[in-house]
Amino acid sequence: MHLVIIGNGITGVTAARYVRKHSEMQVTIISSESKYFFSRTALMYVYMGHMKWENIKPYEDWFWEKNKIELMFANVTSIDTDSKSIRIDDNSTVKYDKLVIATGSQTNKFGWRGQDLKGVQGLYSKQDLEMLEENTRHIHAAVIVGGGLIGIELGEMLHSRGIHVTFLVREKLYWNSILPDQEAAMVSRHIIEYNMNLILGVELKEILPDEKGRVRAVKTSKGEEIKCQFVGLTPGVHPNIDLVKNTKIETVRGVLVNEYLETNIPDVYSAGDCAEIISTEGSKNKPALSTDKSAGKVEQLWYTGKMQGEILARNILGEKIKYSRGIWYNSAKFLDIEYQTYGFVANSPRDREESFYWEHTSGKICLRLVYSSSDRAILGVNVFGMRLRHRLFESWIKEKRTVEYVLENLHMANFDPEFYKKYEHEILEKYNKENPGRNLILRKKNLIGIF
Amino acid sequence: MNKINSEDQLIQIVPFKIYSQNNNVELMKKSGLAVTGIGFLFLLISLTGISSSQPIMFFFLSFGLIAAGSIFYFIMLTKEAPAGIKNNRIFFEAFTSRKTAAWLLGIILTGFYVVLYWYPELMQNWINLVNPLSYWLRGKAADHWFLYGSFYTTAVVVMAIRMIVKYRHNRYQIVRSISVSIFQLGFSFIIPGILVRLNKPEFYFNYFWPLKFQYLFPGEIRYLTSNGEALGYFMVFWGIAMFVIATPILTYFFGKRWYCSWVCGCGGLAETAGDPFRQNSDKSLKAWKLERWLIHSVLIFVVVTTGLLWINSATGGKALGTVSQAFAEWYGFLIGALFSGIIGVGFYPIFGSRVWCRFGCPMAATLGMFQKYFSRFRITTNGGQCISCGNCSTYCEMGIDVKWYAQRGQNIIRSSCVGCGICSAVCPRGVLKLENLPMAGRYNKVD
Repeated sequence: MHLVIIGNGITGVTAARYVRKHSEMQVTIISSESKYFFSRTALMYVYMGHMKWENIKPYEDWFWEKNKIELMFANVTSIDTDSKSIRIDDNSTVKYDKLVIATGSQTNKFGWRGQDLKGVQGLYSKQDLEMLEENTRHIHAAVIVGGGLIGIELGEMLHSRGIHVTFLVREKLYWNSILPDQEAAMVSRHIIEYNMNLILGVELKEILPDEKGRVRAVKTSKGEEIKCQFVGLTPGVHPNIDLVKNTKIETVRGVLVNEYLETNIPDVYSAGDCAEIISTEGSKNKPALSTDKSAGKVEQLWYTGKMQGEILARNILGEKIKYSRGIWYNSAKFLDIEYQTYGFVANSPRDREESFYWEHTSGKICLRLVYSSSDRAILGVNVFGMRLRHRLFESWIKEKRTVEYVLENLHMANFDPEFYKKYEHEILEKYNKENPGRNLILRKKNLIGIF
Repeated sequence: MNKINSEDQLIQIVPFKIYSQNNNVELMKKSGLAVTGIGFLFLLISLTGISSSQPIMFFFLSFGLIAAGSIFYFIMLTKEAPAGIKNNRIFFEAFTSRKTAAWLLGIILTGFYVVLYWYPELMQNWINLVNPLSYWLRGKAADHWFLYGSFYTTAVVVMAIRMIVKYRHNRYQIVRSISVSIFQLGFSFIIPGILVRLNKPEFYFNYFWPLKFQYLFPGEIRYLTSNGEALGYFMVFWGIAMFVIATPILTYFFGKRWYCSWVCGCGGLAETAGDPFRQNSDKSLKAWKLERWLIHSVLIFVVVTTGLLWINSATGGKALGTVSQAFAEWYGFLIGALFSGIIGVGFYPIFGSRVWCRFGCPMAATLGMFQKYFSRFRITTNGGQCISCGNCSTYCEMGIDVKWYAQRGQNIIRSSCVGCGICSAVCPRGVLKLENLPMAGRYNKVD
């Protein structure tokens, strides 16, 4: 039995490792990006000089041979699902018994004039990083289009090289499409604190070239022209499915899969950023995937990629298990401010939802609890500048603990390093003030167990 | 600047401060560095003996300017960017990324140790420089060990200020840096000096057997008890009590960090002057294997040496003659001088700051065994938040591949971990926390 995985990102590698651990199947991972698995989220640290390339490889190079996972550094040019084989760029073919498509994402480009000029690029792959190194040599001003997680990382990267950064953000605050106003304002303030230029409520109109075909400025939707020698396009990503488009494997936005991460073709699976998962609720057998093309969901996070990789492996091994991502979580870092979120926090309270917000006077630490208006059950938390225990919050959300319970036990969830200042009292005080009649106090820690 | 009018409230997004490219700050930083450089220049020319007529003036022109200039420089760094992890350019700068400058520095440091151990007379003019300080503190002339202590303590205290500035957002690092400075300055410099002044045995209360192996050697115990009177007996008692009672108890509650990254002088230097080089430790599995062989061999070596000395002493020298003494001398040369000094500190810029602590220190080996099997200490991981970025492993001075555990959601319990807390500090996702919790469920094997 030969399992071939196209793509060596977190999804493909997680699947390969799980299969290896639980079976003797032959496993091959093919990637045209790099021979060895690396942490995509850590690319920024290589550019900033925090780490070397070797440091962002999660496993030492001997690991793969020892675990009998074959690595192929090659570009897959086509897939033939009839003969169960794939063709790679040296024209050889590789036969498979089971195939996984885990090809990840590509940077969105919305057809702006000048988007393919020299000095204009996104940031996703190892090749992008190498290009960035070239594109940003000896420059002093850059414009970043799109106010999201890759945008802020790219901004931090360029800033570390002494390049002045201007953000063009469509929303009225940074990442306001996801973050509520206060949190988005906090991030925006922090960006300005770094002396980066934050232009809000504008869009990119076009990118202007110089006589050598290199970017010299951008024009905004308000007609303003901003001089720069580099443009970073970070308005999100979309599934990288070019390889699959001319095959019998169905795609819409991504490679269509059911909750078992199976495509419409037997023995072909897909997971991670490139997969579009269709709900199969109610149907027992493999559904006709193309029946409902609008409902697919594409998840493009490191965490979901990892979870899907494992579920995928278990299905390949015959377990028949549905992917469900469980209680949502995510984390990021905006320059110096860490962010964690558990459960679901919309950028403005939805129906029958309320939220409690506390912010420290430093303007760099805050906490938001979102809860249901009816039973006051906690639905989600946003936390900045403070660390909270993931598993504990997850269980509180699952157990539908009330916002009051969560607040009174908040110190139990604190994950900050020792000696850090504690804010639980201040947070409770604010809640008590806003909710007359409430008099919440921190529940004492259980002292038994010190020994 | 920017004001945003949301539906019901006016949200202002003007920060308290804007850290712009500031020429004044650049200038201040440069002048700090220049003062440090001038200090080093004075130190260098003092070697010629030019300072002999004015030792106090030259002491301040060398030690004083180096300290003042660098402290000024560190403080200026706070005006450059907001507090936070700033490891920018570490792998580009020659000094911190094993390029030529790092090798040069390594050779200079190594050369310094060679001269210190075997040709101290070459440094007589430097010794003269600290002579007034020695008279003031100890009431007697300086020797090369006092000079070494002065260098060492200056390095720890000045670079602890750098640590405090660099991690000014992280209270664990601030408290820890203050702790190592106090132990170095107080317990390894001032108190031994005062003891000398009082004609008592020079004793370091923050070093114990087996790191300070002599403290349980029969000869040393005889010396302490006969020369130190009551205090001498206390010193012997202290040495034994710290090893037999305090070590297991404190390690049970806090892990080996209570000593290695809070109290110990070797650790103190590594955590301060060695911090810029921590990323150079070897993280490979091979290095871990070598570490376990070497460190336990040294522990056996020191136990055997101590044992031989006691057998010999008990039999009045009949049992082994001069063999045990020769054994002890070899231990002192190989481990005390070569390993802990020349390789341990001399190679900071190449192998990272904890080579001795990781591969050689018998105290670390003992503490490590307690930490692994009988301690409440562990580094916990925060659910599924790890992104395998590798910052924790890269900045682990002990060469522990922290992310190997973190990405599996497994507690990190390694005998070598000194609990410096930097992995937790550099983690961009808030995944790691140093914790002392009940021992049950400590090893949460996953997969």
